[in-house]
Amino acid sequence: MKILIIEDEPDLLDNMVQSLQKEKFLVETADTFLSAMDKISMYDYSCILLDINLPGGSGMDVLQEIKKLKKTDGVIIISAKDSLDDKLTGLTFGADDYLTKPFHLAELNARINAVLRRKTFDGQNTVSLKNLDINYDNRTVEIDGVPLILNRKEYDTLIYFISNKNRLITKTALAEHVWGDQTDEADNLDFIYSQIKNLRKKLKESNAEIEIQAVYGIGYKLLTGD
Amino acid sequence: MKLLNHTLLYLSGSLLVIITIWAGIFYVNMLDEVHDSIDDGLENYKILVIQKAHTDSTILHKNIFDESNYAIRPIPSQEAAHIKETYVDTLMYMQNEEDYEPVRLLTTAFCLEGKGCYELKIISSMVEEDDLIEDLFYALVWLYIAIIVSVILINNVILKKIWQPFYLLIDQLRNFRLRNEKVFTAPETKVAEFKDLNETILALLQNNLEAYNSQKQFIENAAHELQTPLAISINKLELMLEQPLQEDQAGTVAGVIENLERLTRLNKSLLLLTKIENKQFTEEDPVNFNELISKQKENFAELLDYKAIELDVTSNGIFTQNFNRDLADMLVTNLLKNAIIHNHKGGRIDIQITENQISFSNTGSERSLDKDKIFGRFYKTHEQKSSTGLGLAIVKAISELFHLKVQYEFDGLHHFIIRK
Repeated sequence: MKILIIEDEPDLLDNMVQSLQKEKFLVETADTFLSAMDKISMYDYSCILLDINLPGGSGMDVLQEIKKLKKTDGVIIISAKDSLDDKLTGLTFGADDYLTKPFHLAELNARINAVLRRKTFDGQNTVSLKNLDINYDNRTVEIDGVPLILNRKEYDTLIYFISNKNRLITKTALAEHVWGDQTDEADNLDFIYSQIKNLRKKLKESNAEIEIQAVYGIGYKLLTGD
Repeated sequence: MKLLNHTLLYLSGSLLVIITIWAGIFYVNMLDEVHDSIDDGLENYKILVIQKAHTDSTILHKNIFDESNYAIRPIPSQEAAHIKETYVDTLMYMQNEEDYEPVRLLTTAFCLEGKGCYELKIISSMVEEDDLIEDLFYALVWLYIAIIVSVILINNVILKKIWQPFYLLIDQLRNFRLRNEKVFTAPETKVAEFKDLNETILALLQNNLEAYNSQKQFIENAAHELQTPLAISINKLELMLEQPLQEDQAGTVAGVIENLERLTRLNKSLLLLTKIENKQFTEEDPVNFNELISKQKENFAELLDYKAIELDVTSNGIFTQNFNRDLADMLVTNLLKNAIIHNHKGGRIDIQITENQISFSNTGSERSLDKDKIFGRFYKTHEQKSSTGLGLAIVKAISELFHLKVQYEFDGLHHFIIRK
């Protein structure tokens, strides 16, 4: 799957490229308004990551151009402005998601996955991973055909791991994704640990062929055995 | 005391002194003039009497005043030579007043050739001094009252009118807030001093506004500019963590990430505060806080469970208010988070909702927090090193934006109360 990153900050661009290449995406980049316009008119992408502030123009105009060309590319706006207006404008113009800098690379993966899921699996929004079957529409998980009972947060955690399989996820990235604003205190990271412990236990008891592994005490990794 | 009354006080005081002094001088002068005039009359009369004496010797025997106002008495010539013409004030019984009244008495002497010398006394009735003083006193009292009343009237009508722009200015200044975008317009005036004052104040406010706005802008820009380098650093470290590292190296990297995240949160909170103060949240809907709180209670369920904190919500009414939905969420989340973080394992949180107030009460430290500082920016107790110290400042800013009062109380439990 091809992903286009439109971002003028070379370091940030480089980080995203590295991370997405690990996910086996084909990554292309554009670092100015004009090169972005060129690329979107010439090629189709599964997902476009779009920075709002670009040299030579606004990302919003790029977005409008994408929609004018009737492209079905998924668009995630990436902005340094945590501004409600930008978010609303972006989403009204047809962006699929909005991500504020700074973000975790794991979060970016999760967002891209969500967008790709919505774009690709029209109708049957399910995915299989080893002996797990995940139905995104119903938010249910089955292991070897047996439903796995997860609470809302556990489900969110598992999906986040699946979006970042075999990648390291730091505790804080996970906390921010699943518990949002509630956990921004260091002592609450122990709480994440206890939550993961529960999930691991459930997976293990159901003989899941995937495993959540603790890494150095700083984060976790979902091992799929590949 | 009002300026008007100040002028009145000083004016009436000084007028009293001036009028009293003036009355004294006036009285002496007037009396002098009256004496002068009477003395002139007496002098004239004297000449007439002496002329008459030359022709009509009968009057020389008029020893007593009786019906007329002169008396003549023969005296030796040596004595006559010693008599100087004198005018004196004396008393004489007046039939009409049935009392001794003051009269002016001229004593002089004249000699007629071959008829010897005579002493001549002429009297003229005079002003009654006590009456005069009394009349003058009353006249002055009335004058004084009239002047004071006039001054009061003038003060109240004219001065009030003149000072009107000043009071308007004070009123405008009282309601002026740097935060409000309302433009300050000085009241119109023709008085040079007030014009000066208006201009000075306008210039002062302009400077302040500029400084305030540039500071706001600075915080906003600084916070924005920080986002990108923060993003780059965090992401680079995240990528680094995925490379083969020794455990202690990984720990260090994770520690750096954590601190960068703290910086990010701080940055976001500052941005949020600036935005609230800039009133950049314009959308408002009626928000039912009871629903919001029960939703948040659910969101926090695992954390509450983990910390073994019991959360009870008692609804004695529905608290609704026109609010920005995101900010309402933020308000409740921050208060709830505050009650959880500063709690201990096995503690409790009680949320009481009535139509007009919501109170969050939680167990926690044994001591009261500083009421005056708790809602300030970067207020921290020593236990919480990792918090931004902005959570309650945000609570306060949001409350103020939507005209809610927020208050802290301690009675063994910590109460955070939001009131309409």
